[in-house]
Amino acid sequence: MKRWVVIPVVVVVLAVLGGWLWMAGQRVGHVVTPEVGALTSEALADPALVARGAYLAAAGDCAGCHSVRGGLPYAGGRSVPTPFGNIPGPNLTPDPETGIGRWSFADFWRALHYGQRKDGQWLYPAFPFTSYTKVTPEDARAIYAYLRSLPAVRRETDAAKLSFPYNLRSTLAVWRARYFRPGGFQPDAGQSAAWNRGAYLVQGLGHCNECHAPRNALGATTGAWLSGGEIPRQDWYAPDLSMQANGGLQGWTARDVVDLLKTGHATKGAAFGPMADVVADSTQHLGDADLDAIATYLASLPPRQPRPAPRSAFDVKRITAAGEKVYRQHCADCHGGDGRGVAGVYPPLDGNSAVTEPTGINAMRTVLLGGFPPVTAGNPRPYSMPPYAQQLDDSDVALVVSYIRQAWGNKASIVRPEQVGKYRHTPID
Amino acid sequence: MAAAFLVAAMAPGAFGQDAAAPQVPDTLQQRIAACTTCHGVHGEGTPGSKYFPRLAGKPAGYLARQIQNFQDGLRKYPPMEYTVRNLSPAYMHEIADYFSAQQVPYARSPVPPVTAAVLQRGEQLARDGDPQRKVPACASCHGVELTGVEPAIPGLVGLPYDYISSQLGAWRTHTRAMRKPDCMAVVAGRLQESDITAVAAWLASRTLPAHVRPQPPGTVKPPLSCGVLEVPGAGA
Repeated sequence: MKRWVVIPVVVVVLAVLGGWLWMAGQRVGHVVTPEVGALTSEALADPALVARGAYLAAAGDCAGCHSVRGGLPYAGGRSVPTPFGNIPGPNLTPDPETGIGRWSFADFWRALHYGQRKDGQWLYPAFPFTSYTKVTPEDARAIYAYLRSLPAVRRETDAAKLSFPYNLRSTLAVWRARYFRPGGFQPDAGQSAAWNRGAYLVQGLGHCNECHAPRNALGATTGAWLSGGEIPRQDWYAPDLSMQANGGLQGWTARDVVDLLKTGHATKGAAFGPMADVVADSTQHLGDADLDAIATYLASLPPRQPRPAPRSAFDVKRITAAGEKVYRQHCADCHGGDGRGVAGVYPPLDGNSAVTEPTGINAMRTVLLGGFPPVTAGNPRPYSMPPYAQQLDDSDVALVVSYIRQAWGNKASIVRPEQVGKYRHTPID
Repeated sequence: MAAAFLVAAMAPGAFGQDAAAPQVPDTLQQRIAACTTCHGVHGEGTPGSKYFPRLAGKPAGYLARQIQNFQDGLRKYPPMEYTVRNLSPAYMHEIADYFSAQQVPYARSPVPPVTAAVLQRGEQLARDGDPQRKVPACASCHGVELTGVEPAIPGLVGLPYDYISSQLGAWRTHTRAMRKPDCMAVVAGRLQESDITAVAAWLASRTLPAHVRPQPPGTVKPPLSCGVLEVPGAGA
C-alpha cells in the first residue's frame, strides 16, 4: 500500500483505539487526586512565595506562549503552530470565566504534572507537560501563587484549530500511553548540587528538550537528549547542546553559555529567532547561580558521533568559490575574512552551530532576515545584521550560505536555491 | 592607568590583535545596520526600491510609535515585525530620535502614469477633502504643507507612490492599525479605490515645499477623534 493510504488508516485505527482506551481505563485520570495538598489564601498571598513564583514562571517562559504580542502578559492568545494544527495558549490570569480563577492548586498541579485539564480532558503536548512533570510541588505552588496574584483579565481563549483526527482529544490517550510517564525530577547523588540544579532547570521548567531534540511524525521528542532538532512549522533549527567533541556547542566554555543566556550574545555566537525570544523573556532574568548550574549540566552532555562528510552531486568547489565572492562583498566587513567575527559585537561564523547545524535553515533564514540579537540588561544596544532578502536572490543566498558552511573549519552540506525559496515566506512568530 | 588600558582594550573595535578582525565604530549608525539597509543610512529611504519610506525628519514620537505598533502586531509587515520584535522602549526611542534628527535632501520615486484629472482629484483630496463622502483633507491633520506636525503626526511629502497607496490599503484591510479610535482607518474606509490612486499619485509627484520640517505642536485641530493623539507624547 502507498504511504499516503497507510498513514490515515493507521491514524484512524489509533483514534478508535484511543477512544476505547479513554472509555476503558484512562478515565481513571479523570479523578486523579494530586497528593500535594491545598493552599490556604494566607499562604497564597505570601509575597515571598509570589516573588519566587514570578522568577520560576520566567524560568519556564510561561508568558512566551500564554501571551499575545501587544497583549497583557499571561492573558493568553498566542497560537503555537504545529504540524497538527494551531494550538492557542490559554488565559492564565485569575479571571473566573476565561482564566484559571476557579482552578484549585490541585487543578493546576494536575495540568502541570499530568497534562490534564480541570474538566478532565487531556492537554495537547504543545503544552510541555512532558517536561513540566519534573517540576517539584513546591515550585508549582509558587508559580500558582504568582499566577493568582496577577490582575484578572477577561479574555476568551480561541479554540484549537487541529486537523482530523488530532482534533479528537481522545487520540491523546494513545499518545500518552506511548510517550508520557508522569514523574518528578530524580536527583543524581553522584553529581554536584550545581549539576542537579542545572539538570532540574533544563529538563523541567526550562523545557529545553522540547525544541532542542528531534520530533517524530507524531510530534514526540525522540533521539538523544538535547541533540538538536528542527522546530516544525516555525522553520528554525534548535541546535545540539553538547559542549563536547562533535557537539553543537563544541569549544564553548561555561562562561560562553552563561553569557549567551544572560545577555543574548557570547564570543561564540548570538541568540536569534526563537532563542532571542527565550533570552529576552526568560533566561536573562535568571540568577547567576542558576545560569552557572545550567552551564554545569550542559557541560556534562556526552560527546556526539562525528557527522559523515557531506557528499553532493553538485560541483561544490565552483559553488563555494562563487559564494566566497558574495561573502567578501556583503559579509566580511563584519564577520571577517577569516569568519571569526568581532568578539562581543559580531558573532564568529567559523565553528558556529547556527551556521553548521545539519539543515542550513538557520543560516538561510538569518541571511534573509538579519535582525537584532535580544535587547537585554547586559546588552541594551546590540549591533544588528542587515536583512538580505531584498538584495540577494535565492541563488546568491544559496551560494553564500554554502560557502560559510564549507569555509574555514566548517564542513557542513551545501544548500540549494530551491531551499532558500522555501524559507523566504515562513512565519516570524 | 592599568584600568584605563583595560577599558580601552574592551571597547568594540579595539579587538585588533587579529589583523583580519574588522574595526567596528561604536556608533548608533553602525548598530542599526538592520534599519539602514532599507531606509538609508540617514533615513532617506531607498527611492530605487519604490517602497521603503523615508524616515529622516519625521517626528520622533511618530517613529517610536510605529516601531511599537510593529512589535505589538498592530502594523503587519513581517520583515519589520521580525526586526523590531525584541527592541526595548529605550532603544526604540534612541533609534527614532536618530532618524528624526536627520536632515538629508529628498529624492523622488517613480510615479505610474496617471491623467491630469487623476492628479487634480488627488490634490483636491489632500487640500480640501471630499465633504460629500465625509473625507477630511489630508492637510487638516498633516499640516498645511503636509510636512507633519510635532510630536506625533507624520509628514506625507517625499514618500513613494507604492508606499502611500499600500498604507491606505492596509488600513482598509486591517493590516495597519493604531490605538482606537483609529481615525486613519475611518478615512481610508471612506475613500474609493480610485481616490487612493489619485491621492498617492499626487503626493508622490508633488513639488516639495520650501520648508519640509514638521509644524510646531498644537497647530492643527484634527476633525476626527484619534486615539493616538490623545496620549501625551505619543505618535500616530
